[in-house]
Amino acid sequence: MALALPADVRPADAMVPVPYRVVGRARETADTVTLSLEPVGSPIVTPAPGQFNMLYAFGVGEVPISISGIDAGQRVRHTVRAVGAVSQELCAAEAGAMVGVRGPFGTDWGIDSAAGGDVIVIAGGIGLAPLRPVVHELLRNRRRFRRVTVLVGARSPEELVFRGEVASWQASARITVRTTVDYATAAWKGDVGVVPTLIERVTIDPEVTTVMICGPEVMLRFTAAEVLGRGVAAERVRVSMERNVQCGVGRCGHCQLGPVLICLHGPVFPWSRVGPLLARREL
Amino acid sequence: MAPSAPTDYHPVVLDRPGLQSLIDALVTDGRRVIGPTVRDGAVVYDEITQIGELPGGWGDDQGPGRYRLRRRDDDLLFGYAVGPDSWKRFLFPPVSTTWRAEVSREGVEVAPPAEVPRYAFLGVRACELAAIAVQDRVLVQTNYPDRDYAARREQALFIAVNCSSPATTCFCPSMGTGPRVGSGHDLALTEIPDPAGSRFLVEIGSERGAAIAARLATREAAPADREAAAAVWSGAAAAVSRALQADGLKDVLVHNLEHPRWDTVASRCLACANCTMVCPTCFCADFREAASLSPDHAEQHRTWATCFSVDHSQLHGGSMRWTTRSRYRQWMTHKLATWHDQFGTSGCVGCGRCIAWCPVGIDITEEAATIRATDGLTRLPAGATP
Ligand SMILES: Cc1cc2nc3c(=O)[nH]c(=O)nc-3n(C[C@H](O)[C@H](O)[C@H](O)COP(=O)(O)OP(=O)(O)OC[C@H]3O[C@@H](n4cnc5c(N)ncnc54)[C@H](O)[C@@H]3O)c2cc1C
Ligand code: SF4
Ligand code: SF4
Repeated sequence: MALALPADVRPADAMVPVPYRVVGRARETADTVTLSLEPVGSPIVTPAPGQFNMLYAFGVGEVPISISGIDAGQRVRHTVRAVGAVSQELCAAEAGAMVGVRGPFGTDWGIDSAAGGDVIVIAGGIGLAPLRPVVHELLRNRRRFRRVTVLVGARSPEELVFRGEVASWQASARITVRTTVDYATAAWKGDVGVVPTLIERVTIDPEVTTVMICGPEVMLRFTAAEVLGRGVAAERVRVSMERNVQCGVGRCGHCQLGPVLICLHGPVFPWSRVGPLLARREL
Repeated sequence: MAPSAPTDYHPVVLDRPGLQSLIDALVTDGRRVIGPTVRDGAVVYDEITQIGELPGGWGDDQGPGRYRLRRRDDDLLFGYAVGPDSWKRFLFPPVSTTWRAEVSREGVEVAPPAEVPRYAFLGVRACELAAIAVQDRVLVQTNYPDRDYAARREQALFIAVNCSSPATTCFCPSMGTGPRVGSGHDLALTEIPDPAGSRFLVEIGSERGAAIAARLATREAAPADREAAAAVWSGAAAAVSRALQADGLKDVLVHNLEHPRWDTVASRCLACANCTMVCPTCFCADFREAASLSPDHAEQHRTWATCFSVDHSQLHGGSMRWTTRSRYRQWMTHKLATWHDQFGTSGCVGCGRCIAWCPVGIDITEEAATIRATDGLTRLPAGATP
């Protein structure tokens, strides 16, 4: 029987990693580093904020990691927290080391659709990584948006990522930035408490506000509930989801959440799409 | 290459020696002929060169949790239904290499993909052609096709054989996939019983099929041949006893995710994954680094995975589906409901393998029917988790 290949097949095999070299490595926290990567040969397609790449630690394995910085030129940044075999190996990669990059995959935050209105960016822990390029974009085109608020939470001050950068956003006064930690130290000057509690103190104009949230799944649920309670429509509340992603292209079956494939239809979803699915235990 | 409509060709008749010539012609063309053969008490698919290797005179008795070969009282070569194997084993092998590379500080040298075998599949059932069409949707008709599958699939020649003896586990008519071969074949054979040795009505489904048939000693089908073949088709259709009511089932299932039946089935299900291993459409796979002794050599393998394992949905914080209830629910709702959302088709073709090969005889048609019949029940006590 004849086999019809779709017309717009990607030119290269999406499963084959593209060689990149580590050109910079910055430690964020005790277990998290940001890697700057440059292509050895031809680069991947320029990613959009919210998309992810599959990063290959040769000889160990491959994991999905969000794009945490899109620099001019061909450099991409990834912020990796060491939680297991592959992420540990990536975190240990020194300048000069080779890694494989496949991507970019998945949906983006849809920043353009928020233009003309207010934007609230809410991040928990490493969840700030995929939102960092959003903040960069908001700052770069500050006048396209009305009020911009960035709420950042972490378990403790030591676990805040991009600390220096967050402080500089705060200092610039071009956007409102609030930070909170679950457990404070004596030197901590921000708030104390979980992220959703910060929302109470933010002025929200529900008709024109777009909310972008990334963090642990419980945090997504509580935070979304909070902003929905303030009248923001579920279509305008976007979250980035995590599931077991092994291929990134909708073929491994591991990242299913009911009808959606996280890698293909996400990772960024409007709450109207995934909220009802997340309400089901073990879906 | 668009196949011409089967109606462009006239059916022809092939006798048993002619079937051997067909195999010989395929071998001459450099193809590996894969067909049914008896091994370990089951009909499995393997490389064959002689019609003597076909399951002549063998049939099967199947039921929930049951598969037995039985001697037929005739010597039909294709008088069985389907066994534990499917063509998936050849088009989407249990283990395959995605890529291999040599890594150094200068760069990464990726080896070109390996050549794929040129297969001819002999004895493909209607439901199996439907299952291959389902895998095409998942693996090829996407923006990111699986190159290995696509290459094997494109090379392969499909010689279907219409079912004469469906098993009690078969429910293809209700899934709209059989028992009569309709499309997707290069040639479709119908085995016509004859005390002097069965003969075959050959329907031609593609130019490739026509080209091969032209090389064989065939004769034009006579009215008697057509009538005898039609009797096989109608006999097979009448012999299918099981059914799955598919219309509206997707909605029923997604509205019954908290139905107590999931607990009942979970109390029987061993989470052994047999059902996913025998299913011709299941495509879940692990993509993993293959162990290598050389630090400079990297290689990724794709291996069959199953949604019945805890680590299928593993995140570093733990599994997303820690109970058997949620894993069976994932499997069945994927097949019958969310597959439609993801790929625009059912994930089940009604071959019945999962019913026969389930060690405890769980029957997907019975589970679906029970939930439909008791639509809206919810488990008690509400929110209870093991
Ligand atoms: C879209 C997306 C974006 C992500 N972005 C980031 C990011 O920017 N920074 C970051 O630090 N982390 C991110 N993660 C999480 C990261 O992918 C996991 O922490 C990582 O996969 C863990 O792998 P490991 O081998 O180091 O850990 P282990 O816990 O040792 O993993 C063991 C096994 O569990 C499985 N596994 C566990 N978690 C995942 C997962 N999420 N996907 C696939 N397999 C998994 C794998 O099969 C792995 O081999 C993201 C995840 C997704 C889905
Ligand atoms: S779910 Fe069962 S009956 Fe349906 S195609 Fe798979 S093995 Fe066959
Ligand atoms: S349904 Fe049957 S075959 Fe499938 S995992 Fe459960 S016990 Fe095994």
